[in-house]
Amino acid sequence: MFGQKQNKNNNSTFKENIMKTNKIKFIVFSILTSAVFVSCNDNDDSTETDFSGTYVQKDQMARPAINTVFIGSGSPKDDFNATIPSAMGATYQSVFQSRLLALNSGYTTNALGQDAATFTGLLATDVLGVAKTGTTTFFDGTNVLTGRALADDVIDVELLLIFGGPSGTSNSGLTSDHVNANDKTFLTSFPYLASAW
Amino acid sequence: MKKSRLYLGLSLVAVSGLILMAADHADAPAVTGNANDITDVYAFQGQDNNNLVFVVNTQGLLSPGATANATFNENVMTEINIDNNGDNVEDLVIQAIKRGNKMYFFGPTAPGMTGTSSTIKTNAAAGSVQISQYGASAITATNNGMKFFAGPRDDPFFFDLNQYKAILAGTASGFNNPGTDTFAGTNVLSTIVEVPKTMLGSSSSINVWAETKQKQ
Repeated sequence: MFGQKQNKNNNSTFKENIMKTNKIKFIVFSILTSAVFVSCNDNDDSTETDFSGTYVQKDQMARPAINTVFIGSGSPKDDFNATIPSAMGATYQSVFQSRLLALNSGYTTNALGQDAATFTGLLATDVLGVAKTGTTTFFDGTNVLTGRALADDVIDVELLLIFGGPSGTSNSGLTSDHVNANDKTFLTSFPYLASAW
Repeated sequence: MKKSRLYLGLSLVAVSGLILMAADHADAPAVTGNANDITDVYAFQGQDNNNLVFVVNTQGLLSPGATANATFNENVMTEINIDNNGDNVEDLVIQAIKRGNKMYFFGPTAPGMTGTSSTIKTNAAAGSVQISQYGASAITATNNGMKFFAGPRDDPFFFDLNQYKAILAGTASGFNNPGTDTFAGTNVLSTIVEVPKTMLGSSSSINVWAETKQKQ
C-alpha cells in the first residue's frame, strides 16, 4: 500500500516534470525561433537559404602554369587536382623531377640557384606563399614568391626558371613569350580586375 | 583544366619534342561552362596595405558573346585555403557559394575538417554581394572590413598562345618579339574578396591555394 501510494506520487511528480520540461522546451524553442528570425533579418535575407551538404574537392590551384607541365594529361591531372597540398610533395616530387629533366635535359640549376630536386620539391607542393608585409609578387627580380599580383608576368618567370639556366641566359628563344602586360589596365581599387570585354 | 598550366605544358612538351598533347590542346576552347575549372589564383596586398586580396577566376576563355550566359553554379563552392603555420594544411578557409542572384561568403574561419571534404561554415557568415551582370557596373559589398565581388571580368592572364600553336605545329622554334596576347578580349568569372590581414592570423607570411568543391 505504502509502496503503491509512493508510486502514484512518483508518477504525478514525473508527469509534472515532463510538463515543466516541455514548457521549458517550448520557451527555449520560441526564443530560438525568434533569434533565427532576427538573424535572418540582419542578413537581409527573407528567404531560407540552404547551405547544407558536403562539398568534395574537384580542382585545386595555387601557383600558375606549373602543374600541367609536370603532370601527365588525363587521369593523373585529375588525381593531382584532387590531392591536398600536404600530400603532394611525397607523391609528386620525383614525378616532377623526371618531367623537368625530360623537358630540359640540360637543366643544372635555375636563376634561383635551385638544382632539379630543390626546384621540383618546391613546385610539387602547390601552394602560393604570400607575405603579410611588403611587396606581394610572384617574382620581381628581388622578391620571390611573396604573392601573385595581377600584373606579374608569371609565364616569363616560369619559362626562365625552367629553361634559362643558372644565369637566365640559356635557351633565349624559350625564356620569354614577349607578352609583358595584360590587354586592359587594372583598377587601383577593389575589385582591381578590369571590366569584361 | 587550367589554361595557364595547360598552355605552358603544351609549349614545353612541344619544345621538348614530345608529341602527345593534341587532346589537351583541343580541349582548351571547351572550358566554358565548367564551373569547377579554376583558371588562375591571385593573392596580393590591397589598395589599403592592411588588407590582402584573393582572386579566384573560373571558366576561362569566355568570348564577349559567351560571357553573358556564363554563370556560377550553386553546387560548386569556391574555397580559399590559408595555412599560417607552414605545414601546408589549411588553418583558415574563406568559402564562397552562389545562392539565387548573390554570392555568399564565409570566414576566414577554421574549417570544420581539413582536406578534400568540406561543409559550409554557416556560423562564420562574412557577407554577401549581388552577382554583377555582364555589361553592367561592378557591384561590390563591404562588411566588417571585408570587400566582396563576384561576376565577369576581363581575364587578367596574358600569354602568346598562338605562337605556342605555331611551335606545336613545328612552324616556329621560339617566341616572337613582340608576342601577341592570345587572351586579349576574353573574360573569366571572378570571385574576389579583400580581407584585413589581422583576420588571417599572426604569422608574417601565409600559404594560399584555391579549391573548387562540388556538392555531393
